[in-house]
Amino acid sequence: MTLLSVNDLRAYYQTEVYGISRTVRAVDGVSFNLYPNEIYGVAGESSCGKTTLIKVISGNIKPPLKAYSGSVKYDFDGYEVDMMKISQEEMRRAVRWKEISYVMQGSMSVLNPVRKVIKTFEDIVETHQGIRDRKAFLEQTRMHINQLGLPAEVLDAYPHQLSGGMRQRLAIALATIFHPKLIIADEPTTALDVVVQRGVLQMLKNIQARSKNTVLLVTHDMAVHANVANRVMIMYAGRIAEEAPTEIIFKAPRHPYTRHLISSLPMIGVRETKTGLRGAPPNLANPPSGCRFHPRCPFAEEICRVEVPELITIEGQHRVACHLVKEGKL
Amino acid sequence: MNTDNKLFDLQHAVVSFRIGGVLERTKLIAVNDVSFSLSSEKPEIFTLAGESGSGKTTLARLLLGDLEVTSGKVYFEGRDISEIRKPAEKKAFMKKVQPVFQNPFETFNPLRLVESYLFDTALNFGIARNRQEAADVVDDALRQVGLSLAEVTKRYPHELSGGQIQRISVARALIPQPRVILADEPVSMVDASLRMEIVNLFRKLRDEQRVTVIYITHDLATAYYISDRIAIMLRGFIVESGPVEEVLGNPMHPYTQLLKESVPEPEPRVKEAWAKNISLGATEVKEYSQIGCKFASRCPYVMDICRQVNPPDVQVNNRIAKCFLYTEHARQPEATEAQDAPVAQQ
Repeated sequence: MTLLSVNDLRAYYQTEVYGISRTVRAVDGVSFNLYPNEIYGVAGESSCGKTTLIKVISGNIKPPLKAYSGSVKYDFDGYEVDMMKISQEEMRRAVRWKEISYVMQGSMSVLNPVRKVIKTFEDIVETHQGIRDRKAFLEQTRMHINQLGLPAEVLDAYPHQLSGGMRQRLAIALATIFHPKLIIADEPTTALDVVVQRGVLQMLKNIQARSKNTVLLVTHDMAVHANVANRVMIMYAGRIAEEAPTEIIFKAPRHPYTRHLISSLPMIGVRETKTGLRGAPPNLANPPSGCRFHPRCPFAEEICRVEVPELITIEGQHRVACHLVKEGKL
Repeated sequence: MNTDNKLFDLQHAVVSFRIGGVLERTKLIAVNDVSFSLSSEKPEIFTLAGESGSGKTTLARLLLGDLEVTSGKVYFEGRDISEIRKPAEKKAFMKKVQPVFQNPFETFNPLRLVESYLFDTALNFGIARNRQEAADVVDDALRQVGLSLAEVTKRYPHELSGGQIQRISVARALIPQPRVILADEPVSMVDASLRMEIVNLFRKLRDEQRVTVIYITHDLATAYYISDRIAIMLRGFIVESGPVEEVLGNPMHPYTQLLKESVPEPEPRVKEAWAKNISLGATEVKEYSQIGCKFASRCPYVMDICRQVNPPDVQVNNRIAKCFLYTEHARQPEATEAQDAPVAQQ
């Protein structure tokens, strides 16, 4: 069974200022599937299209962002949703928060600063489900919070009285209150300290293990993927460079970009010189021809400059977009 | 005390802030009894590591002369920096100690050309007398970071990548030929593929230009990669310091142990220690006002004394740990909790 299937998705930002039009091809031909009961990691540098991809699959397509072609289709246990066609009303009533919820980087600030935490829970439940019995609602919320291992007292606190890690965990608690099938977490721990990060990620993992739903975890931090994700997708300049189960991404990466990314990760215990990658990530308003990685690739050949490499399956769930891998040269 | 052959020498430095309004006033000690010194003969990379709110940045401001100590002393090349007041002396001090900041896009005004900062630095510090001379100085500095003036001329910050612009801010800091570069989280905003380039640059500066680098970070993996010595900060205190291989390889202080264990390793499968559930406090502010060891409420080896008295600095070989576990007290029979205390292998 497939929870989400994304097929050849192209989403561009189109702006027109003083007659100068500019198209940023943030997501350019991306196809992948999400399955129930997995943690799927999306990795990539800033401005590689990670956030745009999430915007489209979570149904937040607002100008200047436009989805040009491709499809984004969900199957929530028989309830099928096509993100390209769904109405805003149906999205709000039946999908958002109930089937798909979203935890953002600074989501500790979703809590209303002038009201107690419980009021934010009340707002969300009221909007998406309606509260008929306040007592039952309070009871349910307490249970939910306890299940996640948070003390129930935090519900009666104001956000400023809580630490950043606690607020981030409350944001996750909010996102999971209706037990959604898909939780999208966009850099959920980037602003947090390592100890707190560990606590937040453990909670996310525990929730996933218990409710067997799907978590889409987006972060640039490869070490987080190594510890949390089951499968990882590496994005580069709006396209998928490589996708494989976590073990394979770390032990046997094939794409030159992934290989560099993995080998340059600093680790406690290692002091041998590791090199950076020459050049800079490309500007997506004017991306390089052919393989978008070719200007920085140490192995680039003529074909890489001309032809866009297709994403091919090399083994099981391992997919790579590289001419040289396809030809057996790497 | 002889401080002449030390570049920086901090002796029991304390910085406290008063917070709160008229009715409720509390004192927050951001830097608490911090002592360390940097040798002036042997350049090194010295890391100050800690979580947010541990006082790293306050300590950085102290070293830059931007803040004054509430008590204790800070010496630079044998001189008390609180006595450096005359503009000419202040300028001479600033020439020798140069900062590099966290977010390169905030360091530079988006409406100004990047090169103007480089020229201003060269002219204001009197490194060059006119623009032509300055161009040579600027080009030299840029070449040290792997760029050139031609690549940077007529560019605004947004036209450069994060890695390039952070290298430019290092180049700017190099113009006055400083003895110390103080880099506050210089790579936390830089992409992974460019990060190692900046970090390697600091190594090169130490080895080739003999510049001492004070590297402030929360990222223990890069700290291990580049530094010679490291000091771990917790709520204003330095809780453990020494050579980086020892401190991070085999931490003594329970807090350093927790930190090291919490760093996710980029290796699938080596996950058991990391996956062990940990408890987090609901609030962080309380730890500042806690009496005794600031880690006592989270420490698995806590003893009664930890909640009553500040732990002393205990010297073990060539490192220092601020913890009762390594004092005589822990060896007394009544301190039973300490029996399963970790013993650092030397």
